[in-house]
Amino acid sequence: MSQPRTIIQKLWDSHVVCQPPGAPALLYIDLHLVHEVTSPQAFDGLRRRGLKVRRPDRTFGTCDHSTPTTPRDLPIVDPVARAQVEQFEKNCREFGIPFFGFRSPRQGIVHVIGPEYGLTQPGMTIVCGDSHTATHGAFGALAFGIGTSQVEHVLATQCLLQSPSKSFNVRVDGHLRPGVTAKDIILALIAKIGVGGGTGCVFEYTGSAIRALSMEERMTVCNMSIEGGARAGLIAPDDTTFEFLHGRPFAPKGAAWDRAVAYWKTLPTDEGAVYDREVTLDASQLEPMITYGTNPGMGIPISAPVPDPGEAADPVERETRRKALAYMGLEPGKPLAGHPVDVVFIGSCTNSRMTDLRAAASVLKGRKVNPRVRVLVVPGSQQIKRQAEAEGLDRIFREAGAEWREAGCSMCIAMNGDQLAPGEYAVSTSNRNFEGRQGKGGRTFLASPLTAAASAVTGVVTDPRTLLG
Amino acid sequence: MEKFTAFESWVAVLPVDNIDTDQIIPARFLKTVSKEGLGDQLFYDWRYDADGNPRPDFVLNRPPGNRAQVLLAGDNFGCGSSREHAPWALTQFGFRAVISTSFADIFKGNALKNALLPIVVPPEIHARLLKMLETDPLATVRVDLASQTLTLPDGTPVEFPVDSFAKTCLLEGIDELGFLLKHEAEIAAFEQTHPAPVDTLSVKFED
Ligand code: SF4
Repeated sequence: MSQPRTIIQKLWDSHVVCQPPGAPALLYIDLHLVHEVTSPQAFDGLRRRGLKVRRPDRTFGTCDHSTPTTPRDLPIVDPVARAQVEQFEKNCREFGIPFFGFRSPRQGIVHVIGPEYGLTQPGMTIVCGDSHTATHGAFGALAFGIGTSQVEHVLATQCLLQSPSKSFNVRVDGHLRPGVTAKDIILALIAKIGVGGGTGCVFEYTGSAIRALSMEERMTVCNMSIEGGARAGLIAPDDTTFEFLHGRPFAPKGAAWDRAVAYWKTLPTDEGAVYDREVTLDASQLEPMITYGTNPGMGIPISAPVPDPGEAADPVERETRRKALAYMGLEPGKPLAGHPVDVVFIGSCTNSRMTDLRAAASVLKGRKVNPRVRVLVVPGSQQIKRQAEAEGLDRIFREAGAEWREAGCSMCIAMNGDQLAPGEYAVSTSNRNFEGRQGKGGRTFLASPLTAAASAVTGVVTDPRTLLG
Repeated sequence: MEKFTAFESWVAVLPVDNIDTDQIIPARFLKTVSKEGLGDQLFYDWRYDADGNPRPDFVLNRPPGNRAQVLLAGDNFGCGSSREHAPWALTQFGFRAVISTSFADIFKGNALKNALLPIVVPPEIHARLLKMLETDPLATVRVDLASQTLTLPDGTPVEFPVDSFAKTCLLEGIDELGFLLKHEAEIAAFEQTHPAPVDTLSVKFED
């Protein structure tokens, strides 16, 4: 019997091309996703060296980051963003890469469309010039973000020079209580281990609470692995995974499907395999979470007071926390619940899928958004937008007074014109509350779609459990 | 790529933990399709006021920070997005090394590919260097990659870890893509035995 292995080790072992002496291993990449922001310099690099894309058949593109979420028959107003999107489409055409362009009815956030079309499958290595690539780990893939130099490496060779990461078992057991969601699990984890807690590691999320999640919810959890410092995070595939994938355009068909499932069933971590690190969370103890500071680790249960920076032992940490509260305009000792909100953003690769939109709609149905709050609902893809419209969710949002927009990253990164004004407060379902992330001077509270929708109704940060039927 | 040589420099001190890449270079500057011209946008929202005027109290706007080649920052430097624009902006401003107690993984990899050396020191050394620079802001440090030594202003040598392959690449000016391309035969052989799980060209959409 060979040594028991984690799924992380299995994925690594099956993708090592060779191990040159004195260098990291060459790791083969099964799927490379590209978008407009982190690829242009890589394509330029290829041109300068006279190289082709080695495997356009393992590469797929979409535009999302600087893409406006205004109606698609309008031109892109910002000339710099327009040039970037046009350059992206030109690069894909020139190098033979299939892509969903700005006007494609299938365009969407790169981490949403991969799973949606069945491009993302268990057992794969997946990279993208984007740190939230870990989203695809929800399917039992080793998926991580890379920089533009590495985008060029993968375009040219389909390989990366890579050293193995440590394995980190994040075990979540117990039942989530009503009003508590997958987003609250991941925010609670990051609050517990800190934004650097998983540095050098790949998370494997295990335990009964993880098994009970839908694929959409698993994606929400894996998505924010990077906010815990881990470059990748994954969940072993199971029947939930296979059911989600079956029948998607790129999923295997017929006999190939059966062979694939048989292989996928060999992927889960072997009994007795050892992880380098472990942490446990009790899902049944979790409350809705919300962040109060300027990194995703600064999160608290919604009923808890904002912690006092003076409690930090280390002087640099103390100063960092003071600076965060000063930026946020918050006082320690007070809970966030009841704090006025100017904007609510429901979207991003963390929370823009059907289950997220349905959750938000369940709160907004038959209610009105507080008139001083601007609410943006931005579906993760044009396909999701159509499905939501077929289910009538768009009407619920519009009738409540929310904006229903086209797909894209939108106010998650504020590159496309959707942004906070200086000083504004937002409850956002996205993944980063860094200073200025949602617009220069803007202040972000990260939370679940339920919390965001509840806060939209009341105009202040609100525990969604107070509005649930 | 140019070879990475030893140097002595002033230090820009930014003692904040978890400095993320959105601070290093805000996302709105990522709409460029070029690698150039990012030095002026480094730490933009900390460096300039609402009208775009330099904030005189910000470390990069006054000597010696404005001419330093070394940045001393708090723990977990470079967390957040994978944007390589962050090391591009840092090197275009003039930095060649960043000292911290730890770095985020993706940033560290990106930095090493752009001749920006991430130097990890233990918390005691970090605190000591911070003290020395508080006392004498014009004190200098010396960075020698070949011996993996950071020399503090008082002459104390501190050894720092570097991935051995990255070190060789930096010292000899080797470019990683060139290295990868030399393994074409192995890559082709691997592809023979590992058929693609997905062929992205296999489905043609009607739109
Ligand atoms: S939605 Fe936000 S986090 Fe996700 S890919 Fe877009 S910018 Fe990045």
